[in-house]
Amino acid sequence: MSPDPFPLGPHPHPLGAPLVRREGREKVTGTARYAAEHTPPGCAYGWPVPATVARGRITAVETDEALALPGVCAVLTHENAPRLAATDDPTLSVLQEDRVPHRGWYVALAVADSLEAARAAAEAVRVTYETGEHDVGLSADHPRLYEPETANGGYPGTRERGDFEGAFAAAPVTVDATYTVPPLHNHPMEPHASTARWTDGHLTVHDSSQGSTRVCEDLAALFKLDKDEVTVVSEHVGGGFGSKGTPRPQAVLAAMAARHIGRPVKVSLPRREMPAVVGHRAPTVQRVRLGARDDGVITALSHEIATHTSTVKEFVEQAAVPARIMYTSPNSRTVHRVVPLDVPSPSWMRAPGEAPGMYALESAVDELAVLLDIDPVELRMRNEPDTEPDSDRPFSSRHLVDCLREGAERFGWLPRDPRPAVRRQGDLLLGTGVAAATYPVLIVGSDAEAHADADGSYRIRVNATDIGTGARTVLVQIAAAALNVPEDRIRIEIGSSDLPPAFLAGGSAGTGSWGWVVHKACTQLVARLREHHGPLPAEGLTVAADTRKETAEQSPYSRHSFGATFAEVQVDTATGEVRVRRMLGVYAAGRILNSRTARSQFIGGMTMGLGMALMEGSGLDPAFGDFAECDLASYHVPACADVPLIEAYWLDEEDPHLNPMGSKGIGEIGIVGTAAAIGNAVRHATGVRLRDLPLTPDKVLRHL
Amino acid sequence: MKPFGYVRAASIGEAVRAAAGQPEARFLGGGTNLVDLMKLGVETPQLLIDVTRLPLDRIEELPDGGLRIGAMVRNSELAAAAPVRDRYPVLSQALLAGASGQLRNTATTGGNLLQRTRCLYFQDTSKPCNKREPGTGCPARDGAHRDLAVLGHSEHCVATQPSDMAVALAALDATVHLHGPDGERTVAAAEFHRLPGDKPEQDSVIGAGELVTSVQLPPASPGMRSRYRKARDRASFAFALVSVGAVLEVRDGVVRHAALAFGGLAHRPWRARAAEKVLYGAPATEDTFARAADAELAAARPLRDNGFKVPLARNLAVGVLADLADRAARS
Repeated sequence: MSPDPFPLGPHPHPLGAPLVRREGREKVTGTARYAAEHTPPGCAYGWPVPATVARGRITAVETDEALALPGVCAVLTHENAPRLAATDDPTLSVLQEDRVPHRGWYVALAVADSLEAARAAAEAVRVTYETGEHDVGLSADHPRLYEPETANGGYPGTRERGDFEGAFAAAPVTVDATYTVPPLHNHPMEPHASTARWTDGHLTVHDSSQGSTRVCEDLAALFKLDKDEVTVVSEHVGGGFGSKGTPRPQAVLAAMAARHIGRPVKVSLPRREMPAVVGHRAPTVQRVRLGARDDGVITALSHEIATHTSTVKEFVEQAAVPARIMYTSPNSRTVHRVVPLDVPSPSWMRAPGEAPGMYALESAVDELAVLLDIDPVELRMRNEPDTEPDSDRPFSSRHLVDCLREGAERFGWLPRDPRPAVRRQGDLLLGTGVAAATYPVLIVGSDAEAHADADGSYRIRVNATDIGTGARTVLVQIAAAALNVPEDRIRIEIGSSDLPPAFLAGGSAGTGSWGWVVHKACTQLVARLREHHGPLPAEGLTVAADTRKETAEQSPYSRHSFGATFAEVQVDTATGEVRVRRMLGVYAAGRILNSRTARSQFIGGMTMGLGMALMEGSGLDPAFGDFAECDLASYHVPACADVPLIEAYWLDEEDPHLNPMGSKGIGEIGIVGTAAAIGNAVRHATGVRLRDLPLTPDKVLRHL
Repeated sequence: MKPFGYVRAASIGEAVRAAAGQPEARFLGGGTNLVDLMKLGVETPQLLIDVTRLPLDRIEELPDGGLRIGAMVRNSELAAAAPVRDRYPVLSQALLAGASGQLRNTATTGGNLLQRTRCLYFQDTSKPCNKREPGTGCPARDGAHRDLAVLGHSEHCVATQPSDMAVALAALDATVHLHGPDGERTVAAAEFHRLPGDKPEQDSVIGAGELVTSVQLPPASPGMRSRYRKARDRASFAFALVSVGAVLEVRDGVVRHAALAFGGLAHRPWRARAAEKVLYGAPATEDTFARAADAELAAARPLRDNGFKVPLARNLAVGVLADLADRAARS
C-alpha cells in the first residue's frame, strides 16, 4: 500500500488539515444506513406507475386486478390519493389531477406488503389516456421560445451593456459559433428513496436528500402540518449533484401512501425512472459571438441561450450568466430564451448555468485565440477585468490569472506549438487545451447550537447534510478551530430536520453557510465559558446562534471562485475515440478547509466534466417523448480507465469578504471549464472544432 | 413479482430433461444478463435451471491440438488461461474488452454466447419491440439506433449481438456444442447466431431445451496470428460500437489464411467472407486489406444515425490486419 498522501500532523490541526471522514468506517463497512435501509415494523412498499404517454389526460384507471393480487394494500391514483395543499413546486403535486405533462410522470402508486407484490400490482394497473400531440424537440428557432424574466438562481434573463451589435460589426476579428449540450442526468450512486411513517399525527421520513430542512418545510406545507409535526432524516446520502436539492416525488408518495394505509411505506425509485422525475440538466443551444481588437482585447461579447423547460414549471438553465462576469467587454448582450415542451422537468445539476455556459464561452475564447494566433492562456490574461463587468462591483478576490499561471507551470503548458494536427503517435493525434472556470459564492443564513458538556466534551448540532463530501468532518474542524480543542472531543449531529435548521448541500454553499453559524455558535460558547467560573452545571452549557442577519446583508463585492483546467487528449484517427491522457485543475476558492476532501471534490467535478465532454448525453425520443438512455449501461459516465492522470491544486487565497473561515465553496467549480478544456485540446490535436457534446466517435470520426 | 421455479441440475441429462417440453424454462449460468432481463420484465421464465454446478468448468487440450472450453468456464478464467493467451490471443483480448472485472468473474462461456441485444427498445417493456413481442413493431428503425445494425438487418429488427467473445469465436472457426432433447449436435460459431429476418425473436439457432455444453477451438497453426480490437464510447465497460476479430497467416508476403469477423454491425458476429475471398492469396499489404474491407462493407445499409460504423469498421479491419501482417513480417 502506498503511504497516505495526506499525512496528518499533531494537534491542534489547523483549518485545511486533511482529516479523514468521520463516518468513513461506517460507510466502507456497510453499517451506514441510507434512506431505503430504514424499515420500520409493518413497513409496506410502494412502486410507482409511470405514464406511458407524453401528453394527455387519464380517462380511466383500472385497479381491480391489481388490488386482487396477494399482499396488495392499496393503489393510489389521482382519484383517491390524499389531497395536497398547493405548492410552488408543481412536480410535487403527484396524483392530484388527470393531466399527464410528460412520459414517465407518475399516475399511480401501488402499495403492498412486499416490494415484489407492489411491483406486480403496479404492472397490473391499467391506465387509459386521451392523448394529444407531443413536442419534445428543442431548436434555436422554435416558434414558442420566449425570454423569461429570470433564469435559475434569480438572475435576470437578459442583460445588455453598450452597443453589442455595433461593436461586433466594427470589430476586426470576430467569432460567431453555436455550441450544443444535450440533456444530462445527475444519476447519483444512491437512487432517490424515502421511508415515511405517521405516529400520532407526526410524520417522520427518512429521505435521500441534500437538505432535510427544506424537505420538512415542503412536506409540512403539502400535508398542511406545522413544521414541528414533521421530521425528515437524511443521515447518509449517496450523492445528489443537485437532483436531491429539494424534495422529489418519492418523498410525497411515501408520506401519502403511509397516511392512506396507516402503515409505514417505503418508496425507492428504480434507476430507469429517475431521468423522468428527479430533474435533469436541460439541453442548451448556445450562440456565442466575440468581437476583438487585433491585440485580443474583447470589445463585443454576446451569449444567447435556447433551452427547454417542462409544461409543469419554468426552470431556465442560466448558461449565459458566467459571460457577465468573466471577461471585460464594454459591449455585451446575454440572453436566455426558453420553450416549454412536453418533457420531464429540468432542474439543478452540478453547476447549473456555469457548466454548460462556460463550455460554450471558453470554447469561443479558444476559437478567438486560434484566429488571433495568441496563446489561449495569454488571451485570457489580456481580457482580465478590474471589476465585475456586469455590475462594476469590485471582486472580493479574483485570482484567475494566478490559476492560469500556476496551472500552465505545473502542466508544462509551454512551450506549446499552436499548430493543430502535428503531434502524431501512430494513429493517435495529441493535443492540449485550457479553459477557465468560475462559480459564484452563495451563503445562506442557518442555525446551529454549540454545547459544552461538564465532562469536557463538546457537541455541535446543525442540520447540515453530508452527501458524501465530508461535511461532518469539516464542520468539526471549524468547531475545533473556534473552540481550540482537539477534534476528537467534539461530537456533531447533522442530517435531521429536528436539529437547528440550515441550508441544503447545494450551490457550493453548504460549508460556507453551515461553517459560519457553527463558528459563530462556538465563538459565543467560548465567550460564555470564559465568563463562567467553577465547574459546569450537570446539563452543561448550550449556545444557539443564527446567521440570518449577517448573510442577508448584500455584499458590496462580486464574490466568485475561479480556476483553470488543462487537459491533454489523444484522438484515435482510425476510430474517432477521444481519451484524456492527463488533466489538471488549479483553483482559487478561498481558504481550503480540508485538503483531502477538497481534492476529492475538485477531481470529482473534473471527472464529471470529462464525462460531459466525451460520453454523457441523453436524447429525447421524438416518438415516445422520453429519454432514450435511462440506465447506466446506456448513459455512460466515466469509468476508472477513462481517468488516468488527474490532479487538482489550489492557491492559498485570502479573502476577508466571505465568512469567518474565508472559504468559497468547491462542490461545483471542478466541472466548470473541464468540457471546454477537453474540446479545445481535441481541436489542438486534430484541427477540427467540434461544437456538439459529447465528443463520441460517431461525431469525431467523420472529421478525421 | 412473477413466481418462478428453480432447480439445480446435477448432470447434463438432468438439465436437459428438466427443460424438455417447457418453453418457459431458462438455463441459468452466471445470470449477468438473464437476471437483469428478469428484473426488467423482459424475461419472465417459469423455471430457472441452474447449470453452474455441471462439470463443464474445464478447459481441456484436445488430441488434435485444439481446445475444449466447458460452457461453465468463467470469462475471466478463459481470458487468463495460458493456452488461450498463447495460441488464441484474439479470444483473450475479446473477453478482456468486454464488461467489467466483476461481470467477467461471473459470466460463463455459454451464457456469454446467449446474451441478448442491448437495444434500448428491447429492454423497455413499455414500448414495442419485435424481438421481445413479435408483431409489435420496431421503433429503433426511426428512433435511437446509433448503436445498432448496418448489415443484415431487416424491416423487423435492427438489433446487434453484443458479445465480444462471440466475434472472436467466429473468427477462430470455433464450434458450439449443444445437448438437447434430441441428443447432441455441433454448430459453427459463425453460424450460431442468425440474422433477424422475419423472426427477430430468435437470436440464434439453438433449439428449445438445448444446452450449450462446450465451445471447441480448432488447432492454431504455428504461423497464425490473431488480434481483437474494439471501438467504444469510453475506455472500458461499454459495448462495442464496432469491433473486429482477425486471424491472419502470412508467408512470404502473401496471405495464406485469413478470418475476419465484425462485432457491433449486425444481429450476429459478422464473419466477413467476401473480405476473406479478397485476402486469400493476395499480397499482405494495406491496399489489399482496404480492398477486402470495402468488399465486405459494400453490403452495408446504415440507418439514419449509424453510418459512422462503416468507415469505423473499415479502419479497424485495415488497422488490425496491417498490424498482424507487420508482426508476421518482423518475425
